[in-house]
Parts: sequence; C-alpha cells; structure tokens
Amino acid sequence: MNTPLGVLQQSLPYLLQGVWVTLVVVLGSLSLGLLVGLPLAVGQVYGPKPLKRLIGIYVWFFRGIPLLVLLFLFYFGLFPFLHLDLSAFVVAIIVLGSISSAYQSQILRGAILSIPEGQMKAARAIGMSDVQAIRHIILPQAFRLAVPGWSNEYSVLLKDSAVTYALGVAELMARAHHVASRTYQHLVLYLCAGFIFMILTFLGTRALDALHRRVKLRGYS
Amino acid sequence: MAKASPSEPVLTLDGIRKSFGSKEILCGVDLSIHRGQIKVLIGPSGAGKSTLLQCINFLVVPDGGRISLEGQPVDPSDRKALCRYRQQVGMIFQDFNLFDHLTALGNVEIGLVRVKKMKRSMARERALAELERVGLARHAHQYPAELSGGQKQRVSIARALALDPKVMLLDEPTSALDPELIGEVHAVIRELGAAGMTMIMATHQIGFARALAQEIIFMENGVIIEQGPPDQILDDAQCQRTREFCAKITELGGHG
Amino acid sequence: MTGEAGFIFNELMPSLLRGLWMSLGLIVPSAVLGFFLGVLAGSCRVYGVRALRWSAHVYVALFRGFPLLVQLYIWYFGLPRLGVYLSPYMASVLGFSLCSGAYHSEYIRGALLSIKKGQVQAAQAIGMTRLQTILHVILPQAVRRALPGCGNEIIYLIKYSSLAYMVTCIELTGEGKIIASATFKYTEVFTVVGIIYLALVSVASWGLGKLEDRLALPGFQYHRA
Repeated sequence: MNTPLGVLQQSLPYLLQGVWVTLVVVLGSLSLGLLVGLPLAVGQVYGPKPLKRLIGIYVWFFRGIPLLVLLFLFYFGLFPFLHLDLSAFVVAIIVLGSISSAYQSQILRGAILSIPEGQMKAARAIGMSDVQAIRHIILPQAFRLAVPGWSNEYSVLLKDSAVTYALGVAELMARAHHVASRTYQHLVLYLCAGFIFMILTFLGTRALDALHRRVKLRGYS
Repeated sequence: MAKASPSEPVLTLDGIRKSFGSKEILCGVDLSIHRGQIKVLIGPSGAGKSTLLQCINFLVVPDGGRISLEGQPVDPSDRKALCRYRQQVGMIFQDFNLFDHLTALGNVEIGLVRVKKMKRSMARERALAELERVGLARHAHQYPAELSGGQKQRVSIARALALDPKVMLLDEPTSALDPELIGEVHAVIRELGAAGMTMIMATHQIGFARALAQEIIFMENGVIIEQGPPDQILDDAQCQRTREFCAKITELGGHG
Repeated sequence: MTGEAGFIFNELMPSLLRGLWMSLGLIVPSAVLGFFLGVLAGSCRVYGVRALRWSAHVYVALFRGFPLLVQLYIWYFGLPRLGVYLSPYMASVLGFSLCSGAYHSEYIRGALLSIKKGQVQAAQAIGMTRLQTILHVILPQAVRRALPGCGNEIIYLIKYSSLAYMVTCIELTGEGKIIASATFKYTEVFTVVGIIYLALVSVASWGLGKLEDRLALPGFQYHRA
C-alpha cells in the first residue's frame, strides 16, 4: 500500500510521537532561554558598564551565528572537547535555549526600558531597595509587555527546532524524512510535517494570546 | 494654623548643590522645617523646585550639602539606611507614578508588605483605612488606568501616608490635573495639614498656597531668593524679582 | 607553517573561502528576489482585488508557517515526485526567496497600511495620477517604514543560508562540515565558520544601519534593537 495516503495513514502515529519530541525541545529551550535571558536583561539595563558590554557580546554571538553552525560546534566540537558526553537531544535544547536567551533578553530589555522612569522613582520613594523595585514593580510590568514577543519567539523556536534533525534528534522533521526515504513519498510527508508545524504554531500562539488577555490590566491600552 | 514648634527642626537641608552636566540647578540651598509646619516653594519653571524636592529623598543625589532628619544626617551611600529614611519622607509626584500593574489597594499595600514587612492581612486593613481617608475606599480594586487623574493623585497620597512619614514632599501635586479635578486633591492636602502633617510643597496654585502655608519660599535659578509668611511674600515682597513673579502668577488666575 | 596555524591557513581557509563565495552566491540573489516577492505580495495584500489579496494571504501564511528546512526539502526531495528536478543550488535559492519574500511582505504591508489616507488624498488633490502617487508619495514613505524590518530579514537570510547544506548545496557550513569530518577538528573549524558568519552579519547590519541613517527623516524615527 505505497500510495501517498496509505503511507501517511500508516506513519501518522510515528510522526505524532515526533510532535512530542519537538514540543519538549521547544518548551525546554524556551524555558532555558527565559531562565538565562531574564538575568541578562536585568544586567543589561541595571548592571555596571563592563557587565553590560559582556552581555552585549553574548547576545551578539548567539544572534549572529547560524543555528546549524552552533549545533555542529557544540555537539561535535566543544562538548566532546570538554569531555561532556551529552545526547543530541540535550545539546539541541542547550543550543536553542542559548540562542533564545539572547533574543529573549532583548525582548525583556525592551519591555523594561519602555516602563516609565517614574515607576522606579516611586518605588524608591516608598523605601524599596533597587532589588525590591525591580522584582515587585518593574518585572511584573515587563513580563506583561513581553508576552507578544514570547509568542513570536515560540513560533521561531518551533520552526528552528526542525534543524535539530541535523544532529539526529528524533523530532517531527527527522521522522518525516525517515519515512520519506523508505517509502519515497517525500512530497506528501514533508507537506504533512509542514502542516503539523503550522498547527503547533497556531495552537501555541493562541495559548499565549489567551495568557496575554488574562494578564492584561484592565483599562490599560 | 501656627502649631508650636519644638526647638529642633524635623528636616534640615544644608547647602544642597546639584548640577546636570555644566548646568547648575541648585547652588547651595538651605532649608529647615519644624514639625507640623507647611512650607510652599514657588518660582518659575526651571528654578530647581522639583530637583530640590527630589534631592531631599535622594531620588536625585545631590552633589554637595547635607540633609538631616531629626538631627540625624543621611548618608546616601548606606543603602539600607537610605531605604529606611525614604520610608519616613513621603513623596508625591506631579504625574502620580502609581504602579500600573497594581490596583489602588495594591499600590497602598505594597510598601507595607514589601518594605515594612507587615503581614498581608494587617497591611490590607491599614491600606483600606488610608484609602478611606482620601475618600477612595470604593475604588480600592480599580487599576490606575481606570481612575481619573484626581483619584490617582489621592491614591498616591494614601500610598505615602501608609508608611507613616514624618515629612511629606509634594512636587506640584495638581499641575497634571484638569482644573475640575484639582479641588478634590487640594481638599485632601488641606486635611493633612489640619491633622498636623509636616509638608514641603511646590505649586503654582498661589491661592491655595496662601491659605495653607505658614511660609512661602521663592526660588529662582537654583537659589532661595526670599522666604516668609504668605502675605509678606505675595503682597509685599522685598525683592524685585519676587514681586514680578507674584504679580504675573496672580494675574494668570493663580487664585484656586 | 605547521600545526594549528598551518592547518587553518593552508587547508581550512581556501575551502572556507570557496564556501563563502557559494554562500554569497546564495544570499545575494535570494535577498533581491525575496525583497521583490515581498513588495509584490505586500502590495497585493493591501491594494489587490479580492482574489489577489487572498492568494497573497495564503502564500504568506504557508511560507511563514512551514519551517524553512521543510520548505527546502519539499523543493529538493519532494518536487522530483512531480517530475521536477532542481539542482541543490536552484532549490536553495528558490526556497530562500519564497520564504523570505513571505516575511518581507509582512513589513511591506505594515508600512503601506501605516501611510495615512490624507497622504493619498493630498496627492490626488494636487493632480497626481495613481502611478505618480505611488511613486512619489507612498513608496518613499513606505520604504522608510519597512526598512528596519526588511533589513532584519536579510540578516536572518544570511544565517539561514547555512541550511542549504542540508540539501547538499555545499556553501560555507558545508565546506566546514566536510573538513571537520575529515580531520575531526570540529571545534576549530566551526569556530572559524562561526566567526565568518558573525562578520557577515555584523557588516550587513552596519551597512543597513548606515542606509537607514541616510534615509532618516524627522518623524520617521524607529528604534533599532
């Protein structure tokens, strides 16, 4: 039954398992990116000059080098060189997460900078330390402003996660290619994979939109 | 309403200086205020009134001079002490600066919870009481974006009052408000004065200043030109510049 | 020269240089084609008749929704199923142009929509034709509004050009991979490859910044990330 639809029907469960791998890679790197990106953003806005410059270099590095090159560099080069025996899956999350941290730090930095200066002043005026002011006044507002940026970051990461197939991570794209090269039904399988990616993008951005509406402040434009 | 002043001033400024770049904003300002006193700063824009007020609680760090609260000099490099000092000096901003992500209640509460480390239930009670005092208990659960300018400024006064300040600094509290909203804020400030709050206020509302202040201070180009009781400064100033300014501002409808 | 330095200068650099030329050969035509596709699709989405508008919308949704790698695989591995055979180079340029055109069209569309109605009315009021209005009023404003976004898109294209290696078009990343696999010097090779991409991206964003500064007008400011 090597018709396009027959192949698709047979391989769908196998492809859908790949969806889970894709989602774990994406959510893992999104979280890692936030975890690292948040201190980077705070450091770049409030830190001393040398720290700002250092963070600037980090951001420049991870935003300027292609994902594929970084994957190769870390998976085949740096990690083995450091005697770290990490699986392709883990390396994929680390690399995507590091890139995302650079982008997320800039999303958050923009959000922090767009908060009026008076908020910080008022926080200091009631006796808050700078750390308290950042934590209780600035960041809660910045997070709200950053949600649309995250929505975009999610869809970028989702699409980029297909590249981790180059290391052999068994995500959606890898599985589509695997089935395709055995059944010679390339077109239909790649189209199918593409549409699944689109659906995932749609669902994820819808979820983030809902979050955006939830955390949005009443009367705030 | 001349309250008997104890011998020692609550707040003393000694030779406060501040420059931005090569421009000198404050060139050595001395000022002291006793408990329960109300002093009003007037002067043309750019005179340094706002910078002076911000210097008093170190939102702008002065280049030189000394500030003492109840005889204790404040050292702005000691961050902990600075935070403690700021709790005792309430600040009201021209553009309110309410925390946009918190309700009216949240705005008043947060200083109590985070800075004073008060229990949330107690903080809530106190915050509600302060909102009640400025006539906004009914609006406790509204966000700043849902409040009018006058209401916002009253919330910000409640926020400052909740920390039991010894002095309040008011930086043109009504200048960002539509004329019909000024009255409600003035009423709150008047009540504060009647309750004995020590205040330093910058304003262009001459009529309000005359009715409220024990002393009016005329500032220009970063120095205090003249100070004295309202009637003396506003009607019978010694200095030519003060007379000119007062004449102009009275003419512009500064009755209020 | 011997050792590490000898390897880098005698073996690595010549092949990477060859790869760099190939990369540029991918990036430049794809950037130009992509931009024109973007202008076309963007204009269709704003000014087109219904059918045109919808087909442009579908194009953009599909090409922004599919991962670029999937698109490349469709052109290179999928099309032969329909009897169309593309060389790795052609498949890559086609893939890059179509994909980046979809992204460009977003910025073009936004820029066109941001032009106020009054501008067109004013142009008509002084007797401009439709074409004159587009050429002398709409485009000069739209280009300035779209430039930062489109510039970013070109930066992305530089980085994503590395995916051509996945459809066996041997450019910078591919040349690097071949040497690295043969010598096992992955760290050295991909560090150098990374530096070359960093240089490309930095030069491009510097140049785009210069261009934006040159075209800057009061009231058309923007904030570069």
